[in-house]
Amino acid sequence: MKKIGMISAATLMASGVAAWADELSVVCSAEQDWCDLMVGAFEAENPDTDVLMVRKSTGETLAQIRAEAGNPKIDVWWGGTGDPHLIAAEEGLTQPSGVDTSKLLGWAQNMAEISEGRTVGIYAGALGIAYNTEILADKGIAPPECWADLADPRFEGEIQVANPNSSGTAYTELATFVQLFGEDEAMERLAAIGANVNSYTKSGSAPTKAAARGETGVSIGFMHDMVNQAAIGFPLAIVAPCEGTGYEVGAVSIIEGARNLEGAQAWVEFALRADIQSRAPEVGSFQVPSNSNASVAPQSPDLASIKLIDYDFATYGSSETRERLLARWDVEVGDPNPQQ
Amino acid sequence: MKKTVLFWLILGLFGFVCLPWHMTDGGILDARWVTDGTASTGLFASIAGQWWLTPVGLTLLGALIIQLSVIDPVRRARLTLGTSVFGLVLLAVQGLVIVRAGPRILETLLTSETILAGQPGMGAGAAVCALALLFSSTISISQSGKGQGDAFVVNTIGLIVALVAIFVFFPVIHILVRAFEVDGGYALTEFFPRFFSSDIWGLGCLIRDRSCGVAINSLFLAVMTGAGTTLLGLSFALIFTRTDFRAKTVLRILTVLPIITPPFVIGLALILLFGRAGTVTEFFADLLGWEATRWLYGFWGIYFAQLLSFTPIAFLVLIGVVQGVSPSMEEASQTLDADRWQTFRFVSLPLMRPGLANAFLLGFIESLADFGNPLVLGSGYNVLSTDIYFAIVGAVADPAKAAILAIALLTLTLSAFMAQRIWLGKKSYATITGKADSGQNASLNPVLKWVCYGTALPWAALTVVVYSMIIFGSFVKLWGYNHSFTLDHYIRAFGIDFTTGRWTGVAWDSYFTTLTISSVAAPLTAVVGLSTAYLLVRQKFVGKDAFEFSTMLSFAIPGTVIGVSYIMAFNFPPIELTGTSIILIIVFVFRNMPVGVRGGIAAMSQLDKSLDEASITLGANSFTTVRRVILPLMGPAILAALTYSFVRAITSVSAVIFLVSAKHNMATSFIVGRVENGEFGLAIAYSAVLIITMLAAILILQLLVGTRRLRRSDRVQQA
Repeated sequence: MKKIGMISAATLMASGVAAWADELSVVCSAEQDWCDLMVGAFEAENPDTDVLMVRKSTGETLAQIRAEAGNPKIDVWWGGTGDPHLIAAEEGLTQPSGVDTSKLLGWAQNMAEISEGRTVGIYAGALGIAYNTEILADKGIAPPECWADLADPRFEGEIQVANPNSSGTAYTELATFVQLFGEDEAMERLAAIGANVNSYTKSGSAPTKAAARGETGVSIGFMHDMVNQAAIGFPLAIVAPCEGTGYEVGAVSIIEGARNLEGAQAWVEFALRADIQSRAPEVGSFQVPSNSNASVAPQSPDLASIKLIDYDFATYGSSETRERLLARWDVEVGDPNPQQ
Repeated sequence: MKKTVLFWLILGLFGFVCLPWHMTDGGILDARWVTDGTASTGLFASIAGQWWLTPVGLTLLGALIIQLSVIDPVRRARLTLGTSVFGLVLLAVQGLVIVRAGPRILETLLTSETILAGQPGMGAGAAVCALALLFSSTISISQSGKGQGDAFVVNTIGLIVALVAIFVFFPVIHILVRAFEVDGGYALTEFFPRFFSSDIWGLGCLIRDRSCGVAINSLFLAVMTGAGTTLLGLSFALIFTRTDFRAKTVLRILTVLPIITPPFVIGLALILLFGRAGTVTEFFADLLGWEATRWLYGFWGIYFAQLLSFTPIAFLVLIGVVQGVSPSMEEASQTLDADRWQTFRFVSLPLMRPGLANAFLLGFIESLADFGNPLVLGSGYNVLSTDIYFAIVGAVADPAKAAILAIALLTLTLSAFMAQRIWLGKKSYATITGKADSGQNASLNPVLKWVCYGTALPWAALTVVVYSMIIFGSFVKLWGYNHSFTLDHYIRAFGIDFTTGRWTGVAWDSYFTTLTISSVAAPLTAVVGLSTAYLLVRQKFVGKDAFEFSTMLSFAIPGTVIGVSYIMAFNFPPIELTGTSIILIIVFVFRNMPVGVRGGIAAMSQLDKSLDEASITLGANSFTTVRRVILPLMGPAILAALTYSFVRAITSVSAVIFLVSAKHNMATSFIVGRVENGEFGLAIAYSAVLIITMLAAILILQLLVGTRRLRRSDRVQQA
């Protein structure tokens, strides 16, 4: 009976699926306002192109382009942390854009090299620690300065961080620790910090929002999220850990089989331009732009003054390393506080 | 009857000859396909080389000839049935085998140029042919003596089975097979160890200080939520029907509010009230000198939020049922010298069993599938729905794990469903018999009345507080921190530039899309849901239990799984729907249909069958009986189905996230994006506008549907 009915449904097939040549379908994984700004600016320069933009998180986008592989409805995937972009490149879900990357900073070119041009870096954000100044002052806790401080008993029950199994942010933290301290010591240190963690959240930006509202004292996450919350008006102070820290690279990719390839290439070139990247702070996005000529907002974490590690995206972005590290994390660090 | 078959067959042939077989770029109303020069209708495409379409047309023609030439009615019906079913099979097979990229199987045999060119998804022509073949089969089945010879019933069964098969089973199978996937094939060996692992079913929390498996966590939560919402819903329903409580209207609105609240909003409000830095928490911490704790994050927080969110569903199911309990029975009981408590305990309550069972089942399933509350408040308490979501979109995507967890979730649902069937048993709960009664329901005994007040009213007060917070939050600069008054959030979301007449607000697009899609989906959902309920309660046919369960399936599967499976199934021919608004409408209809079914079953099992029989005896057919007798008595169920499907289409999030596209963005997907970005003010302002829109819609619906009049007036007996 299943097959019989299958077709009667086709009645409902009305509005057209096919994109016209002058329509560009963009999935945006950055903040909504930044997405809107980009679309507005692109349409202003290319009045013939109708940009159809929808915002989805990187995980959702990756799941969608996997499911749609072979008959994609998306042309370009702009924004969002680089790991899923690299995975998409590795699985052949995206195609080389052929843009000129010579004006870009080293880490952005690096993304293009690893992925054979399939994805290009557009911004970077460093990993950091944030604390709620009011809570820590109330409780008389001295603010943290280093990763090592977080293992101190004074932070018991005050730290919140995401679970690396669900969050790319927390995986970046895990990989950063491994690159800073070596695998065995990293697990020990994470377990020691884990003793102070009140909960491992699912989403990477949740801990920082919780710290902003005073639901937790200290959070680990990306600094631009912290700057954003502080700029809104919450009592949040940001710390660049003294041992050095890792970072993420936000990326842009063209989907394999894109219907409007020319439009997609135009979008990638547009997204890498200095004048366009300089506009991000207008909408409260404080990531560091990848074009060396783009201006950096004064609020943005100054990457030059932060001790950045030489993050190895090729190794730590690969599925094999990821699965091994996460398996070790589950056993040696784990989620220690099943709340009942 | 013969005429109906002829009508469908001729319509089918018309579709084959005159309508475009494949989908067209411009949509169904775009007439460009007539003039663009390519062979598009079934007939012309067959002539132009797509020979695999020819047999479909031939079966239609064949069935028509049989109808006109064979005289013996039974033989005619059987031959027509055979031909039509054959036609449907051909139609399905060609669609599944030859896709956009050419043939999928038998590549060595199918090598001609036209086949290798492939074909796009099916369009209007194919749809009309399929419908024609389906109905000529079902009518023929009824003509050959099955299904009590009632074509309306058999047609409805055929159509619903077909729709459920395409839009529930077909996509869901795409993802469930992943559970059995091993490298390079499928096997059961991997499945069982993974399925029965202690991560899923572990009972560690009972014995040692460890965590239980996710399925056990979910089960515990769902049982608690099901029981809690049913009791609260019953309290509210009793207050409404059996007491002279003054502020019933206010209470009525309060019971509806949580159901029309977009996801995350209740969770956020609870955090701001009861979180570690919440208003209430700080107040008591200062007053009593307690340490502010994080008790809200974990089981109790989710439970609290789910009780708030799902009590209205239980109430909507129960109110119709409690109203329906006939006063005659209660009078009989009191005449036999039972006091009011005994009457309630041994007469009224047992008669409410279908309502209680359905309310519990809905609460249970809603809790299992709930995604927003565990995400916001879950913390260390893992449940299936969020684990499935992160198995699909998390840092390590593992579709196999998601499929296995989804199967665990389905197992729980199936068990609850079976338990409910056993508890209800085969008793009759019919109380609306058409016989005259006094129209006075017994009032509650005082103790019970105060128990109801004592549970329901504090709850209502809490709802008021939560919603005042939400309204408050939309008018302040930074909710929870900077409480200076502002209209900025509303202006950003819903601004209109009156000088140019432009709608400058960022929310307008998604707002109108959401309203349009929900308004289309709601009546469809009600129709499909209530007709299914009618079939289940009133008709007997083979495989009824399986049919009943299959209609519950889509409700029990978490939205994330549905969303991804819809992309997998409907991104490619034969049915290509991704990126359209239709896929959103369909996903809402089939996800929310079970509420219509449950509500319909509960209401219909109270209608005595003698009403139908009287109507049939007087010469009406079953269609007329439904229209003139059953429908008017189903007012509350229709209202519940319409309301609920409308509201759910607006507030659902997890299925929608994968299916929205730039052209068709939905309000919830927009709100979630804002929440992720920490812009609570805008998200809440938008939610407030949605809540008001939905309230208005519900009031209009209530006026349109009207209240049913069971007896002269629904008065409560004065004590």
